[in-house]
Amino acid sequence: MELLMAILIGILFTAAVYLILSRSLLKVILGTGLLSHGAHLLILTMGGLGGSSPPVLDKGASNFADPLPQALILTAIVISFGVTAFMLVLAYRTYGEHKTDNMNLMRGNDEHD
Amino acid sequence: MINLLLFPIIIPFLFAIVLLFFKERIMLQRGLAVVGLLAALAASLFLVHTVKQDGVQTITLGSWPAPFGITMVSDMFSALLVTTTIVITLLVVIYSFTSIGEAREHYFYYSAILFMITGVNGAFTTGDIFNMFVFFEVLLIASYVLIVLGGEKRQLRESIKYILINVVSSALFVITVAYLYSVVGTLNMADISVKITQVGQPGIITVIAVLMLIVFGIKGSIFPLYFWLPGSYAAPPIPVLALFGALLTKVGVYAIMRTYTLFFVHHTDFTHGLLMILAILTIIAGCIGALAYFDLKQIVIYNIVIAVGVILFGAAQMNESGLSGAVFYLIHDMLIKGALFFLIGIIIYVTGTSDLRKMGGLMKTHASLGWFYLIAAFGLAGIPPLSGFIGKLLIVEGAFQADHIWGSIIILASSLVVLLSVIRIFIYAFWGEPQALPATASQPYKKMMVPTVLLIVLSVLYGIGTEWLVPYMTDASNVLLQPSIYIDAVLKE
Repeated sequence: MELLMAILIGILFTAAVYLILSRSLLKVILGTGLLSHGAHLLILTMGGLGGSSPPVLDKGASNFADPLPQALILTAIVISFGVTAFMLVLAYRTYGEHKTDNMNLMRGNDEHD
Repeated sequence: MINLLLFPIIIPFLFAIVLLFFKERIMLQRGLAVVGLLAALAASLFLVHTVKQDGVQTITLGSWPAPFGITMVSDMFSALLVTTTIVITLLVVIYSFTSIGEAREHYFYYSAILFMITGVNGAFTTGDIFNMFVFFEVLLIASYVLIVLGGEKRQLRESIKYILINVVSSALFVITVAYLYSVVGTLNMADISVKITQVGQPGIITVIAVLMLIVFGIKGSIFPLYFWLPGSYAAPPIPVLALFGALLTKVGVYAIMRTYTLFFVHHTDFTHGLLMILAILTIIAGCIGALAYFDLKQIVIYNIVIAVGVILFGAAQMNESGLSGAVFYLIHDMLIKGALFFLIGIIIYVTGTSDLRKMGGLMKTHASLGWFYLIAAFGLAGIPPLSGFIGKLLIVEGAFQADHIWGSIIILASSLVVLLSVIRIFIYAFWGEPQALPATASQPYKKMMVPTVLLIVLSVLYGIGTEWLVPYMTDASNVLLQPSIYIDAVLKE
């Protein structure tokens, strides 16, 4: 199971990197979404997949899954959700001002503003 | 007062929320922001006093025992940084009254600043590595608001890049924490340190150390990860730039110093050797940038990069002089960078341009500005008795003790480049033929000078009062030098 998760996380990261390196702003944002999904799955896997055992240590229970990674993922998901929403709005405004979503055309420095 | 160390985090947070309700009432917003920061300043000064008297302060939230609950830890290092942060923010807020413009003030400018301070102080205070990620996000999201507020074409373009870089680095942070958790099975920073000592830092921990360096290096702008900094920082208006330049990169530097003195202390040959080489490359890259531009903002922004290199070079020595020098220099740099950004903000306001080649002769019309600029420039370069001197002296001393002579020579040479880069501004802007100045009212100029002069006076006092500050700095570097003080304070219960 861990191996399967590792491959899945790898695929997610690969796709995320590909999308982030693309020219279209929207694809870049989708890429960051995939990247954070990969990171969240990684936390879950790294905490150990507990199988079918419950995430609580009860009296007499010999086997339990670690509940902490789930709490961490919940926090990280909320944060990445907020940031993605913010980025989408920002991308829309940028598109409105610059009339392009091509990252290549958004270069520039002080001399060429 | 067991909750004392939470006050510098909670008070700005509370005031930020209150400010959200008074969108249209600018005077009230200004007043409340100042009152909130003064209250936070009082709390943080009292915190420094308490830490000096009673040692490291800790609180574990929710009454969980120490390694399980989220611990907040305030040692002298973090208490001093929290205090400096609040002082600088207070002055930035006062500076903003005249320079940020009403349009931005209407759109939650002061709230965003206070939320950012919540995150910065939280990141300085937390004793839990995942909680540090959360506070990083708090300060980053507030900084996204600040960098894009105003919605100019250039701001939007640079904000996209800034946010993208930080989203990727946050994902890397989560990944690193996940790896660390899988190896040591805990998130409490003191407990992580104990666990790493128990297993004797195997290779995988060293890999995590390098990952952490990448994560915090992106935030703290070390070589070769500083590429995003000059473009993004130049986009927002000056008060925001001062806030970012003085505080945000320093949070990354703090995180590197904390993790590299608390966690990864068993194979310093590799980890700290790498840190030192990167620090030196950072200094060199920063020097090249600082000399290459004719734009005021870019010159001072590249000076941030140089300072980050100097501080981390001191931290990489891992001996008493090096670490206390790094602490000295870190706080000095926060003060002096704030002051320099204020000053170039005033120069840009007076001349109406940020291009050095279009300025000249300001000494005839704005003599006091020139003199204060000169003091700040000398302070930045570290001319005794100003504030940069003692930090650099200790860092170089530490490097000599650790037999890193070539590194010390580069540090000393970089001081000259720093001096040259800021004196270039002085020569171009204040000497030479007076240029025609755009018509500006003198009232805002005087009002902007007040916080600027305050900050410069503060940095001069920081340099002159070194002797008086030494006990505090020794306390701060002792915690870095002996992780056991930190660990015992957290895990004693």
